[in-house]
This record gives sequence, C-alpha cells and structure tokens, in this order.
Amino acid sequence: MATIYEARTMQDPEPNPGDTPYFEATADGRLLIKRCNSCGEVHFYPRAVCPYCQSADTQWVESGGRGEIYSFSITRKAGPIPYAIAFVTLDEGVAMMTNIVDCDLDTIRIGQRVRVVFKPTEGGYVMPCFAPE
Amino acid sequence: MSIRDKACIAGVYEHPTRKAPDKSVAQIHAEAARGALADAGLSLADVDSYFCAGDAPGLGPLSMVEYMGLNVRHMDSTDTGGSSYIIHVSHAAQAIAAGKCDVALITLGGRTRSEGVSGAKVRNWGPNMPDVPYETPYGPLTLNQYAMVAMRHMHEFGTTSEQLAWIKVAASHHAQHNPDAMLKNVVTVEDVLNAPMVADPLHKLDCCVVSDGGGAIVVTRPEIAGSLNRPVVKVRGAGEAHKGLNAGRVDMTTSGAAWSGASAFAEAGVKPADIKYASIYDSFTITVLVQLEDLGFCNKGEGGRFVADGGLISGSGHLPFNTDGGGLCNNHPANRGGVTKVIEAVRQLRGEAHQMVQVPNCDLALAQGTGGSLATRHGSATLILERG
Ligand SMILES: [Zn+2]
Repeated sequence: MATIYEARTMQDPEPNPGDTPYFEATADGRLLIKRCNSCGEVHFYPRAVCPYCQSADTQWVESGGRGEIYSFSITRKAGPIPYAIAFVTLDEGVAMMTNIVDCDLDTIRIGQRVRVVFKPTEGGYVMPCFAPE
Repeated sequence: MSIRDKACIAGVYEHPTRKAPDKSVAQIHAEAARGALADAGLSLADVDSYFCAGDAPGLGPLSMVEYMGLNVRHMDSTDTGGSSYIIHVSHAAQAIAAGKCDVALITLGGRTRSEGVSGAKVRNWGPNMPDVPYETPYGPLTLNQYAMVAMRHMHEFGTTSEQLAWIKVAASHHAQHNPDAMLKNVVTVEDVLNAPMVADPLHKLDCCVVSDGGGAIVVTRPEIAGSLNRPVVKVRGAGEAHKGLNAGRVDMTTSGAAWSGASAFAEAGVKPADIKYASIYDSFTITVLVQLEDLGFCNKGEGGRFVADGGLISGSGHLPFNTDGGGLCNNHPANRGGVTKVIEAVRQLRGEAHQMVQVPNCDLALAQGTGGSLATRHGSATLILERG
C-alpha cells in the first residue's frame, strides 16, 4: 500500500496583527520562531508577549528548519484527498503543527527526521511544511 | 472554601431525540430544562440561576433566560467545550455555597446531526484567534487531532488498536439496553478494526456518534434536595484544568484530567479505587484511555491493558463506564458530551440505570469530561458524586 502525497488546497492563514513578519519570511523561504530577549526562551506559536515572562521584547529568529516528527495522522476520509497532519519538534526545541509532504504518506513514522519545505495556500500565502530528510 | 456536601443534583434529563431538524436549538434547551425540573419536582419559578455554554444560541444566558421565561440572580456561561456542563455543576455548587443562588439550571442542546457539523470538518471559532494562522491551513480536524494523541500513545507505550477497540466494544455492550441509543448493536474488536480507517490510527468505530439532542441538570442546596421526593445525589468534589501546547513544549499523552482529577479526589477525600461507576468522556476511544490513566485508575501507559478484555463492561469488568452507551454509541448532543456524563452518573447513584447495567450498591460515582482538542488545547472537568 502506498499513499503518495498530492498537493492539497490549503486554506489561507488569516494572520492577526503582528503575524506579518512570519508570513513575509515563509514567502521568502524562511521559517521564523520567536525568542524572548528578556528570559531567553523560544516559543511557538509566535506571540507578541512572552508566555514565560510577559516581556514585550520578543524577537523573530530563523529556525534551521530541521526537526523530527512528534506525532502525525493521515486523514483518509474527511478531505477530498488524504493528507498528513503532524507536530514536528524543531531542533530549536519547540514543536509546531504542520503537514508532512512530498513522500509516501504510509511511510511516515514518529521520530523521523524532516526538513522544512514551503507550500502555497489558495490565496497566495506560504506555509512551512516538512518532508523526510 | 470547599464545595463538598454544599450542593446536590436534584434533577436530570436527557432529551430522547437523536434527530430534530424541525426543532430550534432554543426549543431543545427549553424541553431539556422542563424535563430536568419535572424530574426534580421543581418548577420554572424555583430556578434562580442559569448556566450554559457555547451551544446556546446568541449571547448564551441573555438569550436563553429570556426564551425560557426564567428570573435569575446568577448566570455563568463558562465554555470549555464538551466539558462545560461538568464544570457548570461545580460552579453551581460554588454559587450555592456562596449564597448567590438556591436552584441552578444547566442546559445543553444542539442540532449538530441535522446541521452536518462533525469532528470531520474544520471548525471556525471566529476571528482573532492567536493559534489559527499557524494551524488552520494544515487541516486540523477534531478527528485528526485526537488521532495524533492515539498515535503518540501507541509510540510511547505500545498501546494497540485492539486495546482501543475494547472501549467501543464495552460501550456497545451497554448501548444494547438503551432504546434511545443511536448504535444499539453489540460490536466486536474485529468489527472496530475492520471499519474504515478515517484518521490513522482511528477507525470509524473509534469515533463517537453525531446526534441532535440535549440535556439538563438541576443543582440545589442540600436542604431543598432533601425536601424533594427524589433520591439525593451529593456533590462531593470537583476539579477543572486547562491543558495546551505549552508554548511548543508539547506533551500529547497527558490530559488535563491529571490535574482536574487530582483536585476532585482531594476535595472529595476519596481515591480512584473507591469509585463504583465512572462516566468518562468518549469523543473517541483514545479520549477514554488517556483520561482513565490521568485520573489514576491505572498508571500512565497502562490504559491499554486496563480497558482490554472487557475491563470497562458493567457486571464483569473492573470499572463499569458509560452504561448508557456513552458518546461512542448512545448520544453526543451538540458534539458536547459533558451533560450526558453527569446524567448517567446520577442514574447510577439513584439506582435508575437500566437493570442490565446498573452497578450494585453504587454509592460513589465520577463524571469526567474534556472539551476542545486533546492534542492542542482542551478543558478538563472532574466531578465526584455521592449517593445521599
Ligand atoms: Zn520571556
């Protein structure tokens, strides 16, 4: 059995104020996370106010875009085509929701090493997804 | 201040409908309210406080108090998804203990089945949500979020699809005796495993039903409950918790039940082994397994062995659960199962469950709920109830 990845129509992210740098970076092929200049902790999803210390001095930093799959599920029946939703733990230490792409979805495993790739949404935004290394 | 022994559940009602395209949501709420008040032997005029959550139309209490003709001095619209109504019992007990009200009415109602709303569709909770830009494009469904919890649990602890299937099997053994249940056929482990895979590793039969329906609960002070011609069910302890993604330090295999359960057991002064019957929120089979572990009915990672081989079947298993058939087989009104969890626990404590599933000498019961998404962010509520 094989379930080869097919491009899925992704909904737009509908960014809130403050999210713009993240999506400008993804359009440029870069993945950003947030680090707090006050306490030094990184966090995801990105916030304007640090969830560890309440500092407003949070900074966008570029992720190396590599990590490993924390968990995943292949949605078989609910969408028009199968797709793999996942959480990937970045090497920087934070996990993010994503899709696993560009592979046979039936071969995806927890702990698998992955690297970021970028896929467009229906309205022209770009979302970070991950493919096996 | 503790709420232990400060309040009682005097009335409950589960709306018998499972498909109600011709009823309004407000009507379902009002019919459930009428049923619960009749069960208690109280009237509309006795109600002085009202509790509802996100399934109530409009501005919640403002819409429903007016529709139902209530006159209240206390309102609460805490919304923690499907666990809301378990939290409402706790909040009602707190309000009663604080002297803010005497008779609290909690209602739920919805037409999720008629409206085609299910966990297999992307939910839209409105604008300004901070997580949406980083999640919604990836197609998160209630279904695949809970599936990721199951996948991780299998990875960490060796839990199997067969073990998860036993949870559905147990629910179906109970549902066969419930004439209102949506799924009345007893199923086997093989039936669950042979059902289509909807989101790995969850099969179609690992999921709850989608039903229209509703329910209501009446909470009152012990003096009033004792004056009514109904068995007394006392609120002995309660806890609530929030669990999220922890800013990226994700741990999917522990739910908020670890904290809401600990709070409830501490307040009640009892331990898991004392519980004779447990209503455990069953949006999916994995939901039950994780909550059982977090409540302390077994150790973390041992849930699979705990539920296997009929462990949850009333009469033969070590912990009878969801004897109405639960959300897995009976009813999941408004995609929110908290109210029916409380209702079946009350039936058990009164000795009013179906005779084929009634737990003998049921003097202590637990109702546990989660709401939202187990994988990302959810509320958890634990309620410990005692026969008066
Ligand atoms: Zn900080």
